[in-house]
Amino acid sequence: MSDPHPGWSDQEVEQTVGNLLRIGLLIATAVVIVGAVVYLLHHGGEQPAYRIFHGEPPDLRGIRGIVDTALEWRGRGIIQLGLLLLLATPVARVAFSIVAFALQRDRLYVLITLIVLAVLLYSIVGGYV
Amino acid sequence: MGVTARNTAAHPYERHPVDTLAAFGQRSRVAHVTVLQFSVVVFVGSVAAGLLGALTGLGGGIVVIPLLTLLLGVDIRYAAGAALISVIATSSGAASSYVKEGYSNLRIGMFLEVATTCGAVIGALLTGLIAGSTIAIIFGVVLLVSAALSLRRHEEADLDAPSDPIATYLRLDSDYPTPTGRVAYHVHGVPAAFGMMFVAGTLSGLLGIGSGAVKVLALDWAMRLPFKVSTTTSNFMIGVTAAASAGVYLNRGYIDPGLAMPVMLGVLIGALLGAQLLVRVQSRALRIVFAIAIAALGVQMIAGGLRGAP
Repeated sequence: MSDPHPGWSDQEVEQTVGNLLRIGLLIATAVVIVGAVVYLLHHGGEQPAYRIFHGEPPDLRGIRGIVDTALEWRGRGIIQLGLLLLLATPVARVAFSIVAFALQRDRLYVLITLIVLAVLLYSIVGGYV
Repeated sequence: MGVTARNTAAHPYERHPVDTLAAFGQRSRVAHVTVLQFSVVVFVGSVAAGLLGALTGLGGGIVVIPLLTLLLGVDIRYAAGAALISVIATSSGAASSYVKEGYSNLRIGMFLEVATTCGAVIGALLTGLIAGSTIAIIFGVVLLVSAALSLRRHEEADLDAPSDPIATYLRLDSDYPTPTGRVAYHVHGVPAAFGMMFVAGTLSGLLGIGSGAVKVLALDWAMRLPFKVSTTTSNFMIGVTAAASAGVYLNRGYIDPGLAMPVMLGVLIGALLGAQLLVRVQSRALRIVFAIAIAALGVQMIAGGLRGAP
């Protein structure tokens, strides 16, 4: 396939984005598994209580609280940290794509992807305000 | 006030926090299970969710939500948080494989994601003005009709039709792997697909779930892509759309680590299996599975909308 743009091919761009995605997922999964072991060792014999909504405690709702709880080596905090990493993967995928399109010198798609990232960040941050 | 802050308030299930489902759950046999047993059940169900979600491009939510609410009596807000995790796990898990195989079309996904994310912002703004339950019922009926129609499409006829000039400008045409080598395809109906994606985004802003179905339909009907390209490209897009709501869900305390943990691990395994299976499955068979899945989603939306109706 002839590519009018010098630099990276579509295939290389997608491979690189795919590899970065896989590394991110592996880290997120490893963290969740560690958290799962700690959590199930301490709470595996209790009864689940999801029938009535209480909401998570404040320290499991924000990034800072989650990191602090995880550092105290509490299962639920460690899992939540892994989930944060998982939630970041689509955002990272969009961000990596900007770099990849830039390497391809594809200005149109750098612009398109920047718009997507901007709207995405706007709605994520908007959720906290 | 954030644009997606009221995102889930219009969720059709959420009108009655203590509804018949919760009452059902309280009387069900699962009342005496331990956290460990509960986690195993959720994990197994989530493997199925990830498998189906990755194959069809619908995400894991259409299995995870009924599994948790109907079978296990979990409150809809915890279930919605777990479903968000499942959609992102399906999307990212399968995408790492689909991108490598060269099924999903990154340019199409990214270009249309402009419409979807903007639509989601508008949808979230509209939640106070439009009754979510009415939208859910209409959307459910549309899905049932779409399920029937999507079985009737024959994509082979479209391979030779010329591309939309806009698609050529945006360099959307590509090729994808088949058992007989890579086959080139043309992209059609870009404005129609863009419009449908905007609707998909608005629906996901209004209802919280179900945008994967409209995404696949837009790629299949408007752009007339090969079906595997449609489902895998939708799979890429749903993760990005779902991530837009992640801040709200986390901030409202919907994401419970104990519940989300077996969901994420199960869905990831299911999604990886689904990605393997996609290579071998016939497009026709995939289309039938997709039609059954969106019909089930349609029934789910109608039931949820009727329950939430005043």
